[in-house]
Order: sequence, then structure tokens, then C-alpha cells
Amino acid sequence: MAVIVDLFFQLLQMTLVIAVAPLLTGLVRATKARLLRRRGPPLVQPYRDLVRLARKEAVVADTASWLFRFVPYLVFAATWVAAALVPTFATGLLFSWSADLIAVIALLGAARFFLALAGLDVGTSFGGLGSSREALFGALAEPAMIVIVFTLALVAGSTQLSTVAAYMASSNVGLRVSLGMALVALFIVAIAENGRIPVDNPATHLELTMVHEAMILEYSGRHLAVIELAAMLKLVLYVSLIACVFAPWGLAIADASVMDRLLGAIAYLAKLALAGVALGAFETSIAKMRVFRVPDFVGAALMLAFLGALLLFVSRTLK
Amino acid sequence: MSSVMLFLSGDAALLALAVLGATVARKSYAPALVYFCALAISAAMLIGATIQLLGGITGGGTVLPLGLPWIGAHFRVDALSALFLVIVNLGGAAACLYGLGEGRSERSPERVLPFFPAFLAGMNLVLVADDAYSFLLSWEFMSLASWALVMAHHREDDNARAGYVYIVMASFGTLTLLLAFALLAGPAGGYAFDAMRTASATPGVAGLAFLLALIGAGSKAGIVPLHVWLPLAHPAAPSHVSALMSGVMTKVAVYGFVRIVFELAGPWDWWWSVPVLMVGAGTALLGVLYALMQHDLKRLLAYHTVENIGIIFIGLGLALAFGSFSMPSVAALALTAGLLHAFNHSLFKSLLFFGAGAVLSATGERDMEHLGGLIHNMPRTAFAFLVGCVAISALPPFNGFVSEWLTFQAILLSPYLSSWMLKILIPAVGALLALSAALAAACFAKAFGITFLGRPRTDAARRARETDRFTLAAMMTLAALCLIAGIVPGLFIDALGPAASILVGGRMPAQLGNAWLSIAPIAQSRSSYNGLLVFLFIAASASLAASFIHRFASDALRRAPPWDCGAPDASPATQYSAESFAQPIRRVFGAVAFVVRERIDMPSPGETRPARFDLRLSDRIWDALYEPLVGFVERASLRLDRLQFLTIRQYLSVVFGALVTLLVVLASWP
Repeated sequence: MAVIVDLFFQLLQMTLVIAVAPLLTGLVRATKARLLRRRGPPLVQPYRDLVRLARKEAVVADTASWLFRFVPYLVFAATWVAAALVPTFATGLLFSWSADLIAVIALLGAARFFLALAGLDVGTSFGGLGSSREALFGALAEPAMIVIVFTLALVAGSTQLSTVAAYMASSNVGLRVSLGMALVALFIVAIAENGRIPVDNPATHLELTMVHEAMILEYSGRHLAVIELAAMLKLVLYVSLIACVFAPWGLAIADASVMDRLLGAIAYLAKLALAGVALGAFETSIAKMRVFRVPDFVGAALMLAFLGALLLFVSRTLK
Repeated sequence: MSSVMLFLSGDAALLALAVLGATVARKSYAPALVYFCALAISAAMLIGATIQLLGGITGGGTVLPLGLPWIGAHFRVDALSALFLVIVNLGGAAACLYGLGEGRSERSPERVLPFFPAFLAGMNLVLVADDAYSFLLSWEFMSLASWALVMAHHREDDNARAGYVYIVMASFGTLTLLLAFALLAGPAGGYAFDAMRTASATPGVAGLAFLLALIGAGSKAGIVPLHVWLPLAHPAAPSHVSALMSGVMTKVAVYGFVRIVFELAGPWDWWWSVPVLMVGAGTALLGVLYALMQHDLKRLLAYHTVENIGIIFIGLGLALAFGSFSMPSVAALALTAGLLHAFNHSLFKSLLFFGAGAVLSATGERDMEHLGGLIHNMPRTAFAFLVGCVAISALPPFNGFVSEWLTFQAILLSPYLSSWMLKILIPAVGALLALSAALAAACFAKAFGITFLGRPRTDAARRARETDRFTLAAMMTLAALCLIAGIVPGLFIDALGPAASILVGGRMPAQLGNAWLSIAPIAQSRSSYNGLLVFLFIAASASLAASFIHRFASDALRRAPPWDCGAPDASPATQYSAESFAQPIRRVFGAVAFVVRERIDMPSPGETRPARFDLRLSDRIWDALYEPLVGFVERASLRLDRLQFLTIRQYLSVVFGALVTLLVVLASWP
């Protein structure tokens, strides 16, 4: 019986992340529209877009190989599995131990790797441009993320996200300089990884400014729908990650009652809404960077995270 | 028959095969005969070594009346040699399979067939040698056999230079190893490894021997700055030999380092880990940066070997650090990470070199800028190569990820070390490791994307045909092993246990008993990873998504010309090239490893001449270290040249002076 309940909550987590992903993107878009004094599309517009895309016939370039049609599902699956492993409303779910935070980062790295290949597959200049820039951003953001993991793991004594979140929710954390640095670094990485302003503009199709959009330029129909959904999931993943580590309030700790978990879910949705509005406001208030300014921006995250981790490494006495 | 005799007779059979290869090399049946026999011998030794490794049999040593009369030749197989025997013979067997396929179209078989089995025998002998004399003899034999293979196509551009640089560096490496053994053997001359194990060298002598071993074995493995020969020599050989040199011989060098430093040099000081960690991190980062800037496919792979050697040395350095502060279980974790990466790297690097060899023989091209679109004509090669790329980029659920993950887990335990220097050094090493892992993914996105994807850039690439079934079998076997080692890593970690307990006196907890075959290096609550579940989850979610969409939404598909923002260009030259793919990374990181000179020649408006862009990269290490050295040797030899033209009287006085000096030195020696 217990196993069935556990399995139920694990499946609930998987469906929850995928169900709210378009909503979060819709919320960000709506906030941005409101701040620009536009009415903007309704909140559910991303759902409609996905359905519309999925129903359309897919147009695939003549020069595309089998990899091109295979990649969207793979990228989606890797992102979904990664998103399902980040605690949203509760920790210690059935499969939460099957991969730790390093593995989650590597799963996202796998998604990026295949997406970059898809960008090169058709053999157009835009695809190559997107892939090449994405490879650069990834090469900067991924080590920054790993170093952030160093900080979290040293504070919580584990790289298991469930354990980290449970530790952060407990009262013995306190304020730490390292965690502050890690938080700032994590913000920067999240912005870079999700291709938000100022690193990349998800709304643009203006040739020279796009990175992610250039990579997926040749996709259409259901393939595009799946890739878009994966991008939305990635945003949810990063928001959940920041929420569960730095704002673990309301999170149901392992073996909590069903009621606690329900409360956790409500708290989680509130956090998502807050994050969506904040992201929208942030994006409206800042201009996009030139591509070669981005390494400085993400490099700052790497340095901050490293400084934070170094502080912990040297301050830990022999136990 | 004891197990060591099994391996020795295997080596004798390989040597006999080398002689046979030399006699029949020009016959049409020779390649099939030699490669088939070598395959059979390697497979037998592989099975023997696997049984030895898994069964934990401690084979006794044996002494043969060979070599120096008062020493004899000692041979022994323990868990460490068994592990490396598995690596060597697995790589060897795969290379023989490749030889049965692509190797048969070799242009000059008489330059390959005699040396190929000899090279295999040399590597195997290094692993079973149990005294300094037979170790160095086998080591040098291995170097010379591989040198002969590098020179197989000696008339091609640059190959002669590659061979020259290689033989110089190999001799230098052997010299330092010789000195290291001399220091360890002590004045009494205990050259057998057993004598060295029991003898306790003073800390100073042991430290010196350690540094010499790091230089000697490291130069063979390709650590920066001793790597310069590697990217020249490895690609110059025929592709299956490149695979052996890159995937396997560098591991033999790692074995030499581990054997000497962890076992023979006796209890080690904590400072030993500092140079190893620094060299490892520098090697990892510079190796991948070099690789990213290459557009010769085989040279890219060779440079990338340098990166992986760096990762292995980081694991070994961590093991030295933890071992010296008596934390044997963590030392075992770090050592296991390093050794597992050595095994993993031998799998995917051989696979990738086979793929590069298949591409080379299908198109005659190694330059990625002349390839492209091969996935259409060579789908199976492309698939296997893709698996290798994903595995080497350390992406789950393949094997490369597991060993890097273990290394990170060891790094995360380093705050418990009680040395300030290490506490500051190790996080920096961890950050560099993360950076090089991320750059490796970019490097292999480039390698696969430019070679196999896109549109063919030349007619040669357009006309490529799929390779033969032996080559495919070799690649598919290795690809399958990459996946298996990635999804059930516990099996491989447990097999490394005995080797770790010999070297650091501890081992990782047994992993196979964990639920769902997951691995947990310290404790489940601290960190765990389950490749099998991750693999199953990805497969299930991908197929779920695909079937859901095909069932409930559309499955219509139309082929059309590429869109490319409405302005597609028919010329394949408008695609991104290898050079342009790496350009952003070169602008950001290039200055670390290279002196980059870009020259843009833009005609003024109205002029009709074409614009030109010229890019020169020069290796900082070559410029700073080797150029002055070469210059010094040349100047010194010019000076010494005078000695050739003395009169007989002057010669007599030189001889007399030398004699007197030597006698004075001898007389005043305490």
C-alpha cells in the first residue's frame, strides 16, 4: 500500500511539472505584456500554442537525418526526467535517490548536446550559429552550476536534492555568505540556461540576436511543440530548484502526511507564480547583451560560486 | 598452469605471430591470418584476466631465467595488473576486429603486420613484469613497436617528424623511469619489485623517485607539458593502432605510474598529491582546449586523450591526498574513480578512433572541413560514433559520466583534509574539471556535428560508403560496453575493489547489493546515482511522448527544402564549419593555451579582390618550453662539433685530461 501511495506521489510530481510548465511561461509573458502596457495573450495561450503545433503537419528539411526527428523526444525526455527529480512540493519521493543534483545537471547537459547536434543537422548557417553559441554558453554555465553544487553539498553534506532541501528547510542552516553567493550565481545560471533576457531573447526571431531560436529554426509542427514544452519544463526546473534550496518554506519533508503534501503543493504553486512575475519584471527592466558580453556575465557567476565554495572548503575544520 | 604462465605464453604466442607476420606480410592472406590469430590470443588473455579480476585469484609470481643472470626475470599478476590486462586485451581484441575489416585495405601491410602483435605483446609484458629490468625492457619494447607503427606511412607529410618527436620523448621517459627505479632499488641493487616493496626508501629519495615516475610515466600518458608528441604520433599511425596507442598504451603508462608511486615508492607524503592534482587539472583543461581548436578528426581525438589523462590523474592525485591523511575509504573512492575512468576511456576512445578510421577509409579525409553529412551514407558508423561522443562527453546514462561523478564525489569530501594547501587546491581542481567536462561536450558536438551532420562539403564525403561488418562489429561491441558500464556501474566498481585495497588499503563499499543496482559511494543519503533507472526513465518518457503525440495529434510529415529564415543557400560552404563552430570558445578561452593571431584583410570599397581572413594558433607550451630547448641543443651541438676536427695531439690531451679528472673524482669520493 505504502508503495502505491509513494508511486502515486511520484507520478503526481511528474504530471505536476509538465502541467504547470506552460502556465508559468504564460504568466511570464502576461507580466511582461502588462508592464509594457499591452493587454497580452491570455494565461493559457501557451497550452493553445502547443496543441496547435502538435496538430499540424511537421515539415522536415530534405537534408535532415533521422537524428533530427529523434532529438525532440530525447531532449524532452531528458528535461522531464531532470525536472521530475527536483523536489517541488515534497522531498524524499520514491525515485528521488536515483540521481543527485550532479546527474540532474548532466541530464540537462545531454539535452543541450543533442539540441546542438539538431541545429547542425540540416546544414544551414543559422542552425550552426545557434549551436555554436549554445555550446559556448553551456561551457560556461555548466561548470558554474557544478561549483554551486559544491557549495550546497558542503552545507548540507549531500548532493541528493531531497536531502539538501530537507536540510535547508530545517532550522540549523542560518545565514551564510557562501549561500548568498551561490544564490546570485544560481540566478545568473538560470537566466543563461533558459535563454532569458539579457542572455538571449525567447521572443525574438531577429537574426543576429537569437541563440536558442536559431538552433531550433528548422523545427515545425509536433517536433517544435515538444521542444517548446521541454524549454518550458526547463524553466520550471530552475524555478523549483531555486525554490527548494533557497525558499523551502512549506515543502513537505519525507514521510509527511497527505495534508502536508497538499499544503506543499499550494505553497509550490504560489512560489511559481511569484517567480514568474519576478522574472517578467526583471526581463522588462533590462536590455539584452551582446553575445560576447555574456561570457563575462556567466563568468561572474562561476567566480561567485567558486568564491562561495572556497570559503566553505577552507572554513570546514577536521571532523 | 598458474595464471601468470597463461599470460606469458600468450605474449610468447604474440611474439611468434610477429615473426610470422614479418615472413608472410606480402601475401594476400596475411592480414586476415595475423589479425585473426591476434584476436584469438587477445580474447583468451581477456577471458583469463577477467576471471582473475572477478574471481580475485591471487596468482603467484614466477621467475624465468632470462635477462640479467643474477636477477632473472620476475613475473607476477595481481588485481592491479589483472585490471589493466583486461583493458589492454579488450582494446587489443577490438583493434584486431577492426584489423580484420578496414585493416585489410592497408597500403603497406609489411610495415604494420609484424609490429602490431609485437606492440600488443609489449604492452602485456609491461603489466606482468615484476622487476625493474623486465619492466623497462618491455616498456621500451612497447615504445619501439609503436614507433615502428607510427612510421608505417613514413612518406606522408609530417609523419617522419611525428616519429622523431615520439622517439625522443619516449627515450626521455624511459630514462627518467630508469633513474626512478635506480633510486628505489638503492645501493644494494634490489631490482625485483618485491625487494622494492619491502625496502623503505628515505622520504627524500622516495619523493625524488615519485617525481621521476611522474615525468617518465606521465610523458608516455601525455600529461601537459610532456604531451607534445602525442597529438603528432597517435594520428599518424593506422587507425586501429591509433586506437591502441590512445585508448590502451596511455593506460599502460597510468599503470606504470600507479605501480611505482602507490606501491613501490612506499608510504607517500601528502605533498605528492599537489603536483599530481595540478598537472591533472592543467592537463584536462589544456587538452580539451587543444582538441576544440583542431579540425583534423584524428588529431582532435588524440588531443582529447590528453584531457582524459588529466581526469585520470586528478583521481589518482585525490587518492594520494586522502591516502596520506589516512582516509583509506575515500582514497579508495578517488582511486576507483581514476581507474574506472581509465577503463571507460579505453572503451570510448578506441570506438571513436575506429569511427574516424572508417571515415578516413570511406572518404580519404581526416579534415572535418571536407566532410559532413556522413550520417546519410554511413548510418551505422554514425550511430556508433555518436554513442562514443555522448559517452566521452560524460553525459548520462553512459559510462563517462559515472567516473566523473565519482571524481566529483571524492572532491566533495576534501574539506575534511587537514592541509590548507589541499583545501584551496582541490576546489580549484574541481572547478577546472567541471569546466573541461563542459568543454568536452562542446568539442564532441563539434566533432560529430561537423563530420556526420549537415550537408556534405566535398564530393568525397558525398560518395562515402558504409564500412564493413568487422569494423562495425568492433564499434558496436564497444558502444554496447559503454552503455552497460554506464547503466550497471556497480559491477565495474566492485571489480576494482581488490586493486584499490592493494594500493590504498581500503575499498569502496560493495555496490551490487544496493537496491535497483544503484551506486552510493559513501551512503545513500549522501549521494547515489542509478544509471539503469535514469536510462529507463528517459527511454520510457521519450517513447511515451512520441506515442502520445503520434496517437492523439498529428503524424503527418512533409519533406521540403530547408527554411533557413527564408533565405537558404544551396552551397554547402555556407554551413558552419569546424573553425566557425569553435570561434566563440576560441575568443573566450583561446588565450589560455594559444597565442592567437587573426589577420583580416578587407579590401576597400570598389576593389574587386576577395577579402581574406587568416588565423594562426601557436601552442604556448611549444613556444615557451620546447623551442628554447631545441635551440639550446642545436647551439650546443654546434659547439661540440669542434671536437670532431682536433689534431691527434689534442685528442690525446683530451683523453688524458678526462682520465685524470675521473681518477681524482674517484679518489676523493667519500
